Amino acid sequence: MNSEQQYIDLYLQAQELICRHSSSLMNSRRQEAFEAFRQSGFPGHQAERYKYTDVAQVFSPDYGLNLSRLDIPVNPYEVFRCDVPNLSTSLYFVLNDQFYDKALPKVQLPDGVIVSSLNKASVQHPELLERCYGRLARSGKDAINALNTMLAQDGLLVYVPRGVVVDRTIQVVNILRADVDLMVNRRVLVVLEDGAQARILVCDHALDDRNFLATQVSEIFVGENAHLELYELEETHVKCRRMSNMYVQMQANSTAVLDSITLQNGLTRNRADVRLDGPGAEVYMNGCVIADQKQHVDNNTLIDHAAAHCQSHQLYKYVLDDEAVGAFAGRILVREGAQHTVSKETNANLCASRTARMYAQPMLEIYADDVKCSHGSTVGQLGDAALFYMRQRGIPEDEARMLLKFAFVGEVIDSIRLESLRDRLHHLAEKRFRGELSRCKDCKLCK
Amino acid sequence: MLEIIDLHASINGKEILKGINLTVRDGEVHALMGQNGAGKSTLSNVIVGHPSYEVTQGQILFNGKNLLEMKPEERAHEGIFLSFQQPVEIPGVSMVNFMRAALNAKRKYWGQEPLSAGDFLKLMREKRRIVELDNKLANRSVNEGFSGGEKKRNEIFQMAMLEPTLSILDETDSGLDVDALRIVAEGFNKLRTPQTSAIVITHYQRLLDYLKPDIVHVLMNGRIVKTDGPQLAAEIEKRGFDWIKEEQ
Repeated sequence: MNSEQQYIDLYLQAQELICRHSSSLMNSRRQEAFEAFRQSGFPGHQAERYKYTDVAQVFSPDYGLNLSRLDIPVNPYEVFRCDVPNLSTSLYFVLNDQFYDKALPKVQLPDGVIVSSLNKASVQHPELLERCYGRLARSGKDAINALNTMLAQDGLLVYVPRGVVVDRTIQVVNILRADVDLMVNRRVLVVLEDGAQARILVCDHALDDRNFLATQVSEIFVGENAHLELYELEETHVKCRRMSNMYVQMQANSTAVLDSITLQNGLTRNRADVRLDGPGAEVYMNGCVIADQKQHVDNNTLIDHAAAHCQSHQLYKYVLDDEAVGAFAGRILVREGAQHTVSKETNANLCASRTARMYAQPMLEIYADDVKCSHGSTVGQLGDAALFYMRQRGIPEDEARMLLKFAFVGEVIDSIRLESLRDRLHHLAEKRFRGELSRCKDCKLCK
Repeated sequence: MLEIIDLHASINGKEILKGINLTVRDGEVHALMGQNGAGKSTLSNVIVGHPSYEVTQGQILFNGKNLLEMKPEERAHEGIFLSFQQPVEIPGVSMVNFMRAALNAKRKYWGQEPLSAGDFLKLMREKRRIVELDNKLANRSVNEGFSGGEKKRNEIFQMAMLEPTLSILDETDSGLDVDALRIVAEGFNKLRTPQTSAIVITHYQRLLDYLKPDIVHVLMNGRIVKTDGPQLAAEIEKRGFDWIKEEQ
């Protein structure tokens, strides 16, 4: 059976069950998604944006799905301790693909701010969800969008009304938890109305030593003069596969920080499409990847400068060891009329072993004539001269290699704005390089 | 302290050292002179264990131990220090972390506890003064953006921190102005004790005026061809190397 067919069959067989445990909003987009998926199937290597990750292979194993949405008998507030201390956050959990609302943080969010399950919100705020859901992540454009839209039964909504500033960081922890190999399909909707401000930290963890496949489709609306900081930190394990598509639409004079850190994973593909739709919008993206063994991390970005006077700044750094594979493909599109665009894309990679591989593809397409753009990519090895210099001073080879790798990602970690996360990442990266970052070290379930 | 016996070494299959014999005793300063390409830097690289060089014959004993069996870091722990001709810039690694890693690795090798952060910083402050190294430099990445003179002072600073028994100064005077040379040389002299020795590689008398070597060797085509007292350096300064070549 080919990879697509099992999902087509699954949908045809379980359609009724999927819909019964979801909302009319999510169900209303399902059939269209199914048709799109049936027609396109998974993209092959020839597809420009899927060159570096074999999607069909990722989806080919047989995973269970929790379509009946059985309760997962765990209270995450009791078993999970965050890896980022000194960060007083409003903490929320998504267990597999279910927003956990049996216990919620005590801290009150400002009036009108919503952090909730998509389904619940679709009943209370139908007009909002109708306006936003499925508007950026079109099923016809991408097979992962289609598959996710066809199978996802619930998701997370973060909504900040006009002019409201959320001071406290909203932290969302995605937890993968299962006794069998499991596929989860998460859906995320973030809406910041004009002038709103919020900071969101999303951490991915896996509590069980199972094969997991998580698809995630995020749609993010940043209104005029709004300010969003979104940090995604993945600390799962080698049996986890993550296929994430994120679509961001930014209105005039808005700013967004979209940082993505992959510390521990199996296979990860993060797609981020950012459309700068109104003049004066600015996006800052930092990516930090540490991978070894046979880990695979593929970041694929598209920055669409559709309006004048916008800025985009990207810095992605990878450290790859053993047989790890990294990919960075970043396309900047400066449309006609997007004058005075400032765009910078930097990708630097360190292959610490002879068998690690990096695919780098910076792309710049400019259709305006008064812009300031640059893009560049480097792939290098650990410097022999520096290694020997350190060893001559008595630093053992392993330690010297660790210090050099740590120094390499230091630049991108330093550029993370959220201070407590930045401090913690220095610590976590060092532990990661020392091989001391075991999965779920703070989680009671695994002990 | 150091005993080099019939040492042959090559790089990429090309033999550079063709039978070096050299003995350095406690407290001695040896100057090693010779034209470019004679093998001076190769000799210092072989002593510290640079992986690009292959020793094809002979041995090196350091306080009776077989040096050639040791990794570069073990040789450092045993007390050998090389002041690099071209110190390497290491962006992103702070001097503090670099020195702490080096010092604590050595302490661990000798079965000592690592220094506390407070004691370590105090030690850094103390040793910095020896070569008048600015606090700002000590807080930066290793050698990054340092001027030529600052890099060489930083080498002597590291030497002060690590307290080696045998220091090899590979053209430490190159690229230094008169004042920087004085600071570096005086720094080095402050660190001398009757138990510490040094091999000083240089082309010029100037540095030797400060360091006052006990013995001067001339290296030519991979061999030591002449050994004499400090007056040999003065003679080379005056007459060059040709007369030694003719003696051969």
